[in-house]
Amino acid sequence: MSRVIVDVMLKPEIHDPQGDAVLSASHRLGFSNVSRVRQGKRFELEIDGPADEKEIEELARELLANPVIEEFTLRSAD
Amino acid sequence: MSDKDTIEVAAATGDQAQPHKELGLTDDEYGKVREILGRRPTAAELALYSVMWSEHCSYKSSKVHLRNLAPSAVQSEKLLAGIGANAGVVDIGQGYAVTFKIESHNHPSFVEPHQGAATGIGGIVRDILAMGARPVAVMDALRFGAADAHDTARVLPGVVSGISFYGNCLGLPNIGGELAFDPCYIGNPLVNALCVGILKHDDLQEASARGKGNKVVIFGSRTGGDGVGGASVLASATFDDASGKSAKRPAVQVGDPFMEKILIEACLELFEQGLVEGIQDLGAAGVACATTELAAGGDGGMHVTLDDVPLRDSTLNPAEILMSESQERMMAVVRPDNMAAFTKVCEKWDVEATVIGEVTDDETLTMTWRGATVVKIPPRTAADGGPVYSRPMSRPAALDALQADSPAKFPRASSGADLKDTLLKLISAPELADKSWVTQQYDHTVRGNTVLAMPEDGGLIRVDEETGLGIALATDGNGRYCKLDPYNGARLALSEAYRNVAVTGATPTAVTNCLNFGSPEDPEVMWQLAEAVRGLADGCEELGIPVTGGNVSLYNQTGSNAIHPTPVIGVLGVHPDVRQRVGAGFGTDGARVILLGETREEFGGSAWARVLHGHLGGQPPAVQLDSERILAAVLAAGASSGLLASAHDVSDGGLAVALAESCLRGGRGCDVSLTGDVFTDLFSESAARAVVSVVPGREEEFASLCTAHGLPAAVLGTVTGDSLAVRDVFSVTLSDLRSAWEAPLPALFG
Repeated sequence: MSRVIVDVMLKPEIHDPQGDAVLSASHRLGFSNVSRVRQGKRFELEIDGPADEKEIEELARELLANPVIEEFTLRSAD
Repeated sequence: MSDKDTIEVAAATGDQAQPHKELGLTDDEYGKVREILGRRPTAAELALYSVMWSEHCSYKSSKVHLRNLAPSAVQSEKLLAGIGANAGVVDIGQGYAVTFKIESHNHPSFVEPHQGAATGIGGIVRDILAMGARPVAVMDALRFGAADAHDTARVLPGVVSGISFYGNCLGLPNIGGELAFDPCYIGNPLVNALCVGILKHDDLQEASARGKGNKVVIFGSRTGGDGVGGASVLASATFDDASGKSAKRPAVQVGDPFMEKILIEACLELFEQGLVEGIQDLGAAGVACATTELAAGGDGGMHVTLDDVPLRDSTLNPAEILMSESQERMMAVVRPDNMAAFTKVCEKWDVEATVIGEVTDDETLTMTWRGATVVKIPPRTAADGGPVYSRPMSRPAALDALQADSPAKFPRASSGADLKDTLLKLISAPELADKSWVTQQYDHTVRGNTVLAMPEDGGLIRVDEETGLGIALATDGNGRYCKLDPYNGARLALSEAYRNVAVTGATPTAVTNCLNFGSPEDPEVMWQLAEAVRGLADGCEELGIPVTGGNVSLYNQTGSNAIHPTPVIGVLGVHPDVRQRVGAGFGTDGARVILLGETREEFGGSAWARVLHGHLGGQPPAVQLDSERILAAVLAAGASSGLLASAHDVSDGGLAVALAESCLRGGRGCDVSLTGDVFTDLFSESAARAVVSVVPGREEEFASLCTAHGLPAAVLGTVTGDSLAVRDVFSVTLSDLRSAWEAPLPALFG
């Protein structure tokens, strides 16, 4: 079995209202030196046998990320 | 785009090549900009003219035709603001006014369905807000490719989730709309959003910058790289242009409904305290559009310091700042002595507000950036002085053959079993099936004033708690009828929306429209557009109600395949007392069921022809606007005298589908008899008809009401039992009807 982590983030130019909300909440709570927040998602996949990078990329593009507004990175967790 | 392209540099480097074509300006248009300025435009000016003169913002292809929609004096009686304003405003009595408008967000919704549809709601809500009104409800008219097409499975759920996300978070009820499927919309879905707002007469706001020295304030979200060039590139060209290279896709705009909510509350408080001299929402073409339109609408001058526009992305250059379509932003003109109070209100609502310039009297829009002048133009040349085209038009070559290809050639069910089967096939077609899968994702009762919402024919909102004054709204459009005959198709759409408002008991009062067509560069599409506009203008004249505004969406085509011409018509009605509203469902056992209006053999473009035979051809049903007016008068009188237990319009799928819907809506069956040709009686789509049930004991009163108006009224039977029974023909249980009707959408979209 192999484990793969897929991190999905909004593309840098895309507006992230959730990140902005977390930023302003940080300031309200007194964490005043936080200057920017971008929020994303992390998927941990467990694969039977060795991980086929191409296949996981396809899965990420089709299902885990919305390639129109998001980008993703894959890395092995083994 | 050069960062340092100032007007001095532009004047000195007149020969420098500029990317006007990439920005959507033709050689002639670019030449005209140079002529106006007496030099080449700077990069920022080029960006500004390209978005302001885009099809989306300038209506350059449709303007010559839209002039026909200007209401006559009689029609304008109740208009407080009309075409050209952010949205039309109609007097509804008791000191109230209503503003409403429908707008397309077709192209963004294809690229990114969820955000595209969400920001469509956001944009139309800000248009309504800019008139000084509190937005109170939204509606959506949606059209997709075939229901079982692969891309529909991507686009539809995204669009619906975007609408529900934004509308529900914003706290606006979604009270109706449409959902239609046709293969012609594959790749070009139509997402038209309507918003309605309520104001007192004195609250009406102006989109103009007057008074030298007044401050120009941008407030709401910060400006980022979202949707740069969206209007000029995306909404004003087909996706795969002839050169084969894909157009530059601008960054998708992402909506933030919570920001919009505080922006609404902040604006309403600013209006209430009288702190705003002029206001404009930022939609397509962002700061470029808001500054030029405010300046052009006022004394004609403004000075803007672009460095002061609060940015989310500090790398934006002047052209990008001007073209950005970041959401949830507004621009106001404020007297200097009101600035402190203005800032205080914005701080209270946690809305960032920044002075970016001031009103001048030099008839010039000047913008500086990093100490240099990057824009210096006469603002009216950008806002109103754009090109106007009388594009070539030609009647589609295939139209005669299409109109001659009548569905009369197809076999019609005649046995009871076959007729029942036809009904079941119709109500299980995705277009006629239960829409709950979509509508249950929308909050339709928030704010507590919703009286009727889908699946009723029209949405109905209470305006005044004491008097019961209300407003009804419906949208309709039938691309299939318009394909067969755009002139009459537009009149039929108007006719149906008018009727859908009337069945609630409201009196239809005003019209908005969203004209969805293919490429204006195709003469056959231009002919369709011209015909549809002519039809709408004539129809409104005949019905005596004004067009208050609208929106045009062109280039809805892929390659040479244009969508069906699809004018979507919204009608607003005034309801004297919502306590006497009439619903579509059979709710009273023993109530007499009556068909109002006349049925002729009309199957061109019908649901039967499409669902049973996959056919589109012939002539659409005859338009009966005089009868439509009489029908509406009877429905309004019947509702206010409490004679009607239910009223439902008869349209797609004919009487059979209307009866099935009234039965399912009310949870009661009916027993009816037909006297004419059974197939025509059941499935013809003749206009100006409604099926009503009358409060028991009031039958004679209602009969004399119909007689007095000269309205044909045929007694069909009574509301009874738990089957839809057509005597001597067939009977189908409500549970069989319900399973056929409810199954399709969940099966398709999960």
